Amino acid sequence: MKPVYINSVASISAQRTFDNSVFLDEITEYTDNVIRVIDPNYKEFIPPAAARRMAKGIKMGVAASKIALNEANLENVDAIITGTGLGCIADSEKFVSKIIDDNEEYLTPTSFIQSTHNTVAGQIALSIKCKGYNFTYVHSSVSFESALLDAKLQLEYDEAQNILVGGVDELADHHIKIHKLVDHIKADVVNSKELLESNTEGAVFGEGASFFVLSNKKSDHTYAQVLDVATYNSFSKQELQSALESFLQENSLEISDIDIVAMGNNGDIGYDGYYDALSHGVLKNTAQTYYKHLCGEFNTASSFGAWMAAKMIRTQHIPEAIKLNGMEPSKIGTVLLYNQYRGENHSFVLLRGC
Amino acid sequence: MEALKEELKSKIIEQLNLEDVSVDEIADDDPLFGDGLGLDSIDALELIVMLDKDYGIKLADPKEGKKIFESVGTMADYITQHKTK
Repeated sequence: MKPVYINSVASISAQRTFDNSVFLDEITEYTDNVIRVIDPNYKEFIPPAAARRMAKGIKMGVAASKIALNEANLENVDAIITGTGLGCIADSEKFVSKIIDDNEEYLTPTSFIQSTHNTVAGQIALSIKCKGYNFTYVHSSVSFESALLDAKLQLEYDEAQNILVGGVDELADHHIKIHKLVDHIKADVVNSKELLESNTEGAVFGEGASFFVLSNKKSDHTYAQVLDVATYNSFSKQELQSALESFLQENSLEISDIDIVAMGNNGDIGYDGYYDALSHGVLKNTAQTYYKHLCGEFNTASSFGAWMAAKMIRTQHIPEAIKLNGMEPSKIGTVLLYNQYRGENHSFVLLRGC
Repeated sequence: MEALKEELKSKIIEQLNLEDVSVDEIADDDPLFGDGLGLDSIDALELIVMLDKDYGIKLADPKEGKKIFESVGTMADYITQHKTK
């Protein structure tokens, strides 16, 4: 089996992450319960004729994919695999609302056409004329990890040499309204610096797109090697610890081999206990980082975590804003990512510097 | 008629999300498809729905569309003659 490398990264998020020359040097703070991305100039990436039909999520995905391809010095790839929890929810809301508002008449085509979950992967393929494997995984908070796992397997078995993998989710008005009603979004606004001390239910919702070129050939600009990806539907906090130990064992690693853990804490008092079980348990002596105070919670927020981990390995630097327990390893070699949402769809991703 | 043409230009820009185009930039006889505004078949569907919804005009013969949607001027002429609301 061939090794799998991350040869380029790109992220559009609530921070100025679309510029790959910097790494969270300046942090944009928010005091809100919903945070939106800082938009790059989409015209630099998408022709106006195509952009006019694209909702935010599609623009984010296409722009992030172009940044990742540019960084990898590639014009095309063998496959495009995306993960999304909600797909193009803004266009879905638009055409469903129109059906209701217009008494099931006058349904216009654009928002309907653009509303599928595979629209982002499809638009990327159209823009770079990629006729290869094109797939979108829709599986709540393991959508991105599922896409990553598919790419990893294809590259390991040399079924493809370069694959564009990404996670993308957008915010939409009705989606926000519904999640506020069921308390999945925090009732009160929270300052991003104080997210983990909020002691309230729900999360601060966000949006974003993070894309990566994965390859089975190392290049001059390789960020890290993808050692393993594992997803789990549900387990108790007690089972979590043994699941992590088994996961590491399968990779011939011990807890002490992990230099940094990047965790998906979102400040939800009901479910952050899963992260606490690890950070106060087996990982208490490991350098801990977190990221959802920077990008918000969304089904593919873990792709931002993967972006952050790859950047830490490449730069050998932990930005102040993401430090959770203040510990710093002497070198950043192996990074573990752990994420879950509302106690379900847990994932471990293991990256290593090379 | 002039007011209708201005109204159509605004609706085309808004409904087709032509962000970089203003009403002043669309001449009454500019081709909407091809070399003019560069609209395509999906836009044509949007315009057909607009005729139905805003002016009560149902196009029974799709071939008619080619002439009707030639320009803002031809659209305004057709709407003036056939509108039911």
